[in-house]
Amino acid sequence: MDLSLIAEVLASTIRLSVPLVLACLAGLWSEKSGIVDIGLEGKMLAAAFAAAAAASYFQSAWLGLLIAITVSLSFALVHGYAAINQRGNQVVSGVAINMLAAGLAVVLGNTWFKEGGRTPALPVDARFMPIELPGARELAGVPFLGDLAKIISGHSILTYLTVLLVPLTAWALAKTRFGLRLRAVGENPHAVDTAGISVARLRYQAVIIAGILCGVAGAFMSTSLSAGFVRDMTAGRGFMALAALIFASWRAWPAFYACLLFGFLQASGNYLQGVHIGGFEVPVQFINLLPYLLTVVLLAGFIGKSIPPRASGIPYTKDR
Amino acid sequence: MASARGELPPWVDLGLIPLLNLVVALLFAGLVVLIIGENPLEAMWIMLKGAVGSLKGWGYLLYYATNFVFTGLAVAVAFHAGLFNIGGEGQAYFAGLGAAIVGLGLEFLPWPLVIPLAILASMLFGAFWAWIPGYLQARRGSHIVITTIMFNFIAGSLMVYFIKDYFRPVGRMAVESREITGAYILSFREIGLRFFDLRLPSTPLNLTVFLAIIAAFVVWYLLWRTKLGYEIRAVGANTEAAIYAGIKPQRIIIITMAISGALAGLMAVNEVLGVQHRLLLEYVGGAGFVGIAVALMGRSHPVGIVLAAMLFGLLYQGGAELSFAKPLISRDMIVVIQGLVILFMGALEYAFRPALAAIFIKAED
Repeated sequence: MDLSLIAEVLASTIRLSVPLVLACLAGLWSEKSGIVDIGLEGKMLAAAFAAAAAASYFQSAWLGLLIAITVSLSFALVHGYAAINQRGNQVVSGVAINMLAAGLAVVLGNTWFKEGGRTPALPVDARFMPIELPGARELAGVPFLGDLAKIISGHSILTYLTVLLVPLTAWALAKTRFGLRLRAVGENPHAVDTAGISVARLRYQAVIIAGILCGVAGAFMSTSLSAGFVRDMTAGRGFMALAALIFASWRAWPAFYACLLFGFLQASGNYLQGVHIGGFEVPVQFINLLPYLLTVVLLAGFIGKSIPPRASGIPYTKDR
Repeated sequence: MASARGELPPWVDLGLIPLLNLVVALLFAGLVVLIIGENPLEAMWIMLKGAVGSLKGWGYLLYYATNFVFTGLAVAVAFHAGLFNIGGEGQAYFAGLGAAIVGLGLEFLPWPLVIPLAILASMLFGAFWAWIPGYLQARRGSHIVITTIMFNFIAGSLMVYFIKDYFRPVGRMAVESREITGAYILSFREIGLRFFDLRLPSTPLNLTVFLAIIAAFVVWYLLWRTKLGYEIRAVGANTEAAIYAGIKPQRIIIITMAISGALAGLMAVNEVLGVQHRLLLEYVGGAGFVGIAVALMGRSHPVGIVLAAMLFGLLYQGGAELSFAKPLISRDMIVVIQGLVILFMGALEYAFRPALAAIFIKAED
C-alpha cells in the first residue's frame, strides 16, 4: 500500500479519535465516581449544536466553545441532580438527556436558522483550523519523516489539547488526593462518607468534569471536524466512547488506545467505502460494527476482563 | 399515621404523582414552544385537532400507537424482571429480517399460512436479538444495558449489509427489498374498499392494531396469572428472595429478555407487513426508544401502556400536523417531549413526593 495513503488514514484516525477520547475521558471521570453516564452522546450533540450556533452568531470559535461547555454542563447538572439528589435511575436519566439533546438541537436550530435543523456553514474565522507545526513544511518532501509530519501536524488546537488531557487525567486519578477520593467514592461511598468527605460533592465534581469534556468534544465535532451542525451529527460516538471505556476497563491510557483503535476503524471504514478487493466490494458495515462487537465480546469475558467501579450506577443513601 | 412514615395513599402514588410529573413535562415542552416564539396553547390545540379531530387523525394515531404498544410492552416486561432493555430499537429492526425472509421466501404459500408464519418469524428474530444480551447477562455477567445498546448498533450495520447486498433487487437504486405480496396485511382503507364499499381516509392503520391489543392482554395474563409471570416479577422485586423460593434468576433473565425481544419484534409486523410491504432501511425510526417513555408512563402495566401509547400516537400525529401548520415548530418537538417525559416520569419520578407527603401530614393534623 502507498505510504502517503497510510499517512492520510492515520491523520484521519487522529481527527476521528478526538471526540471519542474526550467523551471517553468524560465517561471515565463520571463512572469512576459511581455515576453511570449513558448521556455522553446527548451532551456531545447539544454541545455540537451550541458551538456551531454560537460560533455562527458571534463569528468566533472560542465563544462557540464556551457556550458549548456551558450547555453541556447544564445537561450534566440535570443528570447530576437526578442521579445524586433524587437518587433516580441513572440509565433512565441518560436516555432522557440523549433525547432532549437530539430534539432540542433540531427544534431550536430549525427556528433560529431555518435550514431544517442545520446551522449555517461556518467561515474559517469561526472554526478551529488546522495548525501547522514548525518544521512540518520543510519535511514534506522527505520520504518517511514527511509522512510522519503529515500525520502529526495540521490538527486543530483542540486535538493537541486532547492529547494533553490523557496524561493529565491518568495522573489526576492515580496520584492526586482528589483522584483518590473520587475513585473511593465510586468503589465504596460509605467509607468515604465515614471519613467525613461529602459523597454528593465529589460526585458533582465528577459530573461537572464530564460535562466540560463533552462540551469540548461537541465543539470539536461542529467547529473543527465539520463546518457547522447537522442533525444527529454525533452519530453514536457517545456510545462508542462508552464502549471504549468498557474496553479499557475504566483506565485512562487504555481508554486512549481503545479510542484510537475505534477511530482507526472509522477512518479505514471511510476510506474503504466502495473499494473492491479481488472483485468483491469490501463490506464496510462489518468494519463499522466491529467496535460494538468487540465490546460485547470483551464484556462477556471472552477476551480479558472488564471491571467497572463497584458502586457505579447505585444511588448513595446516607445511613441513618 | 401512615403518611408520617412517608407512605401516601395509593391514589396519590399511582395517580396524582404520575399526573403531576406528566403535567410538569408538558409545561417544560410548552416553555420550549414559547422560546421558539409560538403560542403553546395554540400549538396544543392544533395537535389535538390534527390527531383526534378527524377520522384520518385517529387512523394515524392508532397506527403509531400500535408500534408503541409493542415496544412499550417489550420494555415493561423486562422492567418487571429488573432489566432495562434499551435494545428495543435493534430488536424491532432485526425482526424485520424475519418478516421479510418469510414474507418473500414463502410467497407461494396461501396467505392464511404465510402471515402467521411471518408474524412468528418476526417474533423469533426479535427474541433472538434480545436473547443474546439476556444470555450474556445471565451466564457471563455482562451488563444488559450496555449489551443491548451495542446490539442496536450491530443491528444497524448488519441490516444495511443484508438489505443492500441481499434484499435489494438487482439494478434498483433505493436500498430496500422488493414488495412483499404474500404476507400482506390489509389496511382498514383496503378492507373498507374491498369488502364494505366504504371509502375510509388513507391512513397506514391496519389489522395489526388488533394484534397489539392481543399482545397487551397476553402480557397482562402472563405477568399476573401465570407461574412464569410470578417468577419474573419475583426476580425483579427481590432476586435474593426469589432464589430462596427456588427460582433460578439466570433462567428467568434469559426467558424474559427473549419475550421482551419478541414483543419488540412484533413492530415489524405492523411496519413491514402492514404498512411499507417491503423491508426498508431504518424503518424503526426511534419507536424502540419511544417504548421506554411509554413503559415509564404506563407504569409497566399493559393498560397503562396502551393509554400511554395512544398519548404518544396523539403526539406523533399531532406533531406532524403542527409542523405543517407552524413550519417554525419542527417535528422533532416530539422527541423533546419524549425526553421530558422520560426525565420527569423516570429519573425524577419522586421529585415531588416529599412535598406531597408534607402536605398530607399537614392535612391530617
